[in-house]
Amino acid sequence: MSDIAVTAPITSFVASRRRQLVIALIVFAAIALIPRAVSDVYTMNVLILTLLFAALSQSWNILGGYCGQVSLGHALYFGIGAYATSILFVKFGIVAWGGMLFGGILSALVALALGYPCFRLKGHYFSIATIVIAEIGLLLVHNWDYGGAALGIQWPFNPDSWWTLQFARNKVPYFYFVLGLFAVTWLVTYAIVESRWGYWWRAVKDDPDAAESLGVTVFNSKMGAAAISAFFTAIGGGFYAAFVSYIDPESVMHFRFSLLMALPAVLGGVGSLWGPAVGALILIPMAELTRSYLGGTGSGLDLVIYGLLVMVVSLTQPEGIMGIFKRSAKKADAKAEA
Amino acid sequence: MSSDPIVICEKVSRRFGGLVANDSIDMTVRRGEILGLIGPNGAGKSTLFNLIAGSFPPSSGKIMFDGQDITGLPAAKLCALGIARTYQVPRSFDSMSVIENVTVGAFVRYPRMLQAREKAMAVLDYVGLASKADAAGSELTPPQKRRLEVARALATEPKLLLLDEVLTGLTPAEARAGVELIRKIRETGVTIVMVEHVMEVVMPLVDRAVVLHLGKVLAEGAPTAVVRDEKVIAAYLGDRHRAA
Repeated sequence: MSDIAVTAPITSFVASRRRQLVIALIVFAAIALIPRAVSDVYTMNVLILTLLFAALSQSWNILGGYCGQVSLGHALYFGIGAYATSILFVKFGIVAWGGMLFGGILSALVALALGYPCFRLKGHYFSIATIVIAEIGLLLVHNWDYGGAALGIQWPFNPDSWWTLQFARNKVPYFYFVLGLFAVTWLVTYAIVESRWGYWWRAVKDDPDAAESLGVTVFNSKMGAAAISAFFTAIGGGFYAAFVSYIDPESVMHFRFSLLMALPAVLGGVGSLWGPAVGALILIPMAELTRSYLGGTGSGLDLVIYGLLVMVVSLTQPEGIMGIFKRSAKKADAKAEA
Repeated sequence: MSSDPIVICEKVSRRFGGLVANDSIDMTVRRGEILGLIGPNGAGKSTLFNLIAGSFPPSSGKIMFDGQDITGLPAAKLCALGIARTYQVPRSFDSMSVIENVTVGAFVRYPRMLQAREKAMAVLDYVGLASKADAAGSELTPPQKRRLEVARALATEPKLLLLDEVLTGLTPAEARAGVELIRKIRETGVTIVMVEHVMEVVMPLVDRAVVLHLGKVLAEGAPTAVVRDEKVIAAYLGDRHRAA
């Protein structure tokens, strides 16, 4: 009898995991069909950015959502990816694929080096440190002559090719690339979250002392989350550089990017698998619309709007939009059992 | 029960600024026993408890566990060696379900997900929380949270289980159920050290009691002998308990 009590929940656990994976694959396949219906360049552009920020926010969510270390300085890793990819391509002729990989590894190493002192800070102090470090990074790049300083780096134009990841007219390949990146970040999160590391991260977020007493090395867990998070963020940055073909410090390392990585997860639901994507689906098109109707980036009016939205969500629905789904699913389960 | 020691504290002291919370304590925990660590408020029970659990290192002295010097080792390392603890104020992981809470502990021995989850489920069954496996940690009642703490600790398969006031604040019926659970755990060969205030509950349960007072060991021995000790009565129990 006790055997049934022990094994039955395991089978249902495995089944629900499999269901999650199947749903995700269906969603990815459905998204892959969108370019057949959409040909408008502006819409395609918005879709690409939405998927990019879904992937970025998914990466942010690993450290900020699951492990609970709220970073507001991920623009630094985005910038490292963008600069590494641009410099390697423009000065050394290494294609974006190599640049993104190099940027990702470099970024993970930087995250470990910064995590070493910063993970001794708790809560808000950690977040403040991440903002300050990212701003210092921005200042350094502004004065970095080899990296083009304030003028930035212009990518040379080449014929369309997957090898160089350059497409001048047709943006659809970029769409598939970011869809792939999003799928990879989702699958990595999916795999880790229900593993030892994922449980450690969530335990560290809820109560680090209790986690430590259960054999969790809190410091190492945070370092691991930071490295993975920074790696994928930098790949996103490298892609963005290839996509826009021109970067300067403000266009890839502005504080706005740090917010745009954190906010979708917060809005959609921190520490949930679909939260970042749902948040990005709302925020990024809205950001693009406010930009086109309310004027360019300088005004910051779009940031005011996200700020309001996030405030409303966190006050009325602290678990984010995914929290609503979770609760109604639970109710349905309870009904089914009764 | 053998007299083979599992924990030996040698001249263990811990100072917090000017306050000496533990002053050169010598204490032994024998393998397989239930040891009660008692004393009035501020006696240094919790400090000694936290030193053994590795929450912070002693200012001086040496702590041995299972033949190994563990002085100053971090809590996570100690957990791997076989020391588990509960907290006085339950500290469940509230964003995780009950089974996920326990699985965190099980991962120390079972790195793979399904084995860890199976272990967690077995432990939940053992402590009587199996029906709550999918509830959120935050949905449990206080006595259930205590059980969850014990389950989480047991999932790490400890040799030594440190219980910090697990029976305090429970109704008599809940406390009796708790006592039963603790006896059951001891049957499996786990050594138990419990810090408690509620003398009536602890005394029949423990094999031996160590009384701390002002950071020093005041008395130790069989519970019945300890309660009759004049020094203990004066320091802790007060005159009204002399009749016991």
